[in-house]
Amino acid sequence: MCGIAGIIYRDGGGQHEVGRDMTRMLQAMKHRGPDSTGYALYRPEADGYVMHVKLAEANGHQGFDREEMLSRSRREIESHVRAVGATILGLDTSRDHAMTVTFNHDGDLKELADYVEDVRGAEVLSLGRSLEIIKDLGDAETVAADYGLDAFIGTHAIGHARMATESDVDIANAHPYWAYPFPDVAVVHNGQLTNYFQWKRRLERAGHRFQSECDSEIIAVYLAERMAQGDSLEDSMRRSLEELDGVFTYICVTDHALGVAKDELGAKPLVLYESDDIVALASEEIAIRKVVDREIETYDPYEGAVMVWTR
Amino acid sequence: MDAVAGEGVNIAYDARGLVELDGSVPKIAEIDGDRAVIEARDLSTRKINSELRWLLYEEGIKDVRILNPSARHSLGVGILKRCRITFEGSLGYFGCGLIDGPEIQINGRVGWSVAENMMSGVVVIESNAGSLAGAALRGGDLVVKGQVGARTGIDQKGGTIVVLGDAGSMTGFMMQRGRQIICGDVGPGLGDSMYDGTLYVGGKVAALGIDCVEGEWTDADTEFVERKFRIYGLGSPPELQKFVCGKKLYNYDSLEPSERKLVL
Repeated sequence: MCGIAGIIYRDGGGQHEVGRDMTRMLQAMKHRGPDSTGYALYRPEADGYVMHVKLAEANGHQGFDREEMLSRSRREIESHVRAVGATILGLDTSRDHAMTVTFNHDGDLKELADYVEDVRGAEVLSLGRSLEIIKDLGDAETVAADYGLDAFIGTHAIGHARMATESDVDIANAHPYWAYPFPDVAVVHNGQLTNYFQWKRRLERAGHRFQSECDSEIIAVYLAERMAQGDSLEDSMRRSLEELDGVFTYICVTDHALGVAKDELGAKPLVLYESDDIVALASEEIAIRKVVDREIETYDPYEGAVMVWTR
Repeated sequence: MDAVAGEGVNIAYDARGLVELDGSVPKIAEIDGDRAVIEARDLSTRKINSELRWLLYEEGIKDVRILNPSARHSLGVGILKRCRITFEGSLGYFGCGLIDGPEIQINGRVGWSVAENMMSGVVVIESNAGSLAGAALRGGDLVVKGQVGARTGIDQKGGTIVVLGDAGSMTGFMMQRGRQIICGDVGPGLGDSMYDGTLYVGGKVAALGIDCVEGEWTDADTEFVERKFRIYGLGSPPELQKFVCGKKLYNYDSLEPSERKLVL
């Protein structure tokens, strides 16, 4: 099942309450997936990079030494970021099993992400100048309250309300997926990919790492790989329709664009609302109506559709 | 239990012994003779439907307008009475399903599975419809003035679906009876695995489905299409192509269970 949503404001200003809007959209689709909720939010580009790191699973090891392990992870991550030569601008360690590092770095981001992930239990959820991925167990209002997302001001966002079917209920298998190691690219997906293992092996041989058993992670890494070879977002997405099998509707975002693709059967839902100042899309119109509170003209894109909007 | 249901919520049990959260009818409609208007903005789906049933079944109202349905799912389902219902706005999934008798006008868009399993009646949608419009339709007319998604009239067993815009893939998939008039283009897999029934298409067909072939146009087809367009004031019909089942995969009879009894 799963519910996906995307919103992009087209005035280019970047001063929109995108965190609050996405929470409303995802909460309206809670019935499509109450297991976990994830956001990929974009703020106006800043000087440094923002990295969200998961320290441990929310429902993982709950022993007496959990606190000690988490604080050790925090210290190690900080020292690993410094060790590759980055300058830390800020650290947010206020949350239980996740932390946020803001830093400046001229070197290789893959090297930095890999070294951070050498810390036991750590997973880089997102890394970019404007992208922030937040995902955790629970519905949208729970996650938004835990991470203070109502105050997030930005330009565009995607979100996902997950009903786990193919893999576990945990943060590693929650969407959106960051297109490791490419900054500012993220994907949410509703569907199933049937040639998952073929692509996983192919991409692993090309040097990519996978953090989860979730088929959706393939899409993020696949698109990032295509874009790294010089394809545009739209070309990469068109090619994915040929090369990925299964039923899917997925939304991919970069720092300036938001794209959606549907498989050739059109088996998974998507409703689209387009106007001059906003594009909103979701698995159900009821989500769009939470941010555009009036009667609007919407439609379902057809099978094989690939559409990209820029802000 | 109060903590689950929230403050001021009464818990009742229905005839099956299942919990019915606050089954009371809001009774907020403005009634004028045999007409009524429901302001649905602040009502839940359950409240809108129970208000609608109360008006139609207990108050004898013949014409109900529902304001601000706000794209909610499952509105206007299971109405088994001749009446007129107007939705002033869009509906979500499963709108007006399982109905028998009403004439429904939707001044907006609908999500997936509108008029699913309609036995008789009319559903007219002024804008677009999602996928699976008229799924398992048994009778009545479903008119969509915009475009529809994929698998329109899947498993259709009767009735007529009229679409003024385009239709997606697998239109008429596994249809067994009834007719569809699609004025625009249709996606791949038109009439895939259909058993019987007729598909009329005005625009381009991306690809025919398995065992769907072009049919021979007769005067009865002209009469039928013109009659439907006249009834719903849709102007003059475009030039249409007719598609039917090739019956290469055809291993079944077309009798309803009740009819089969008579034959046997």
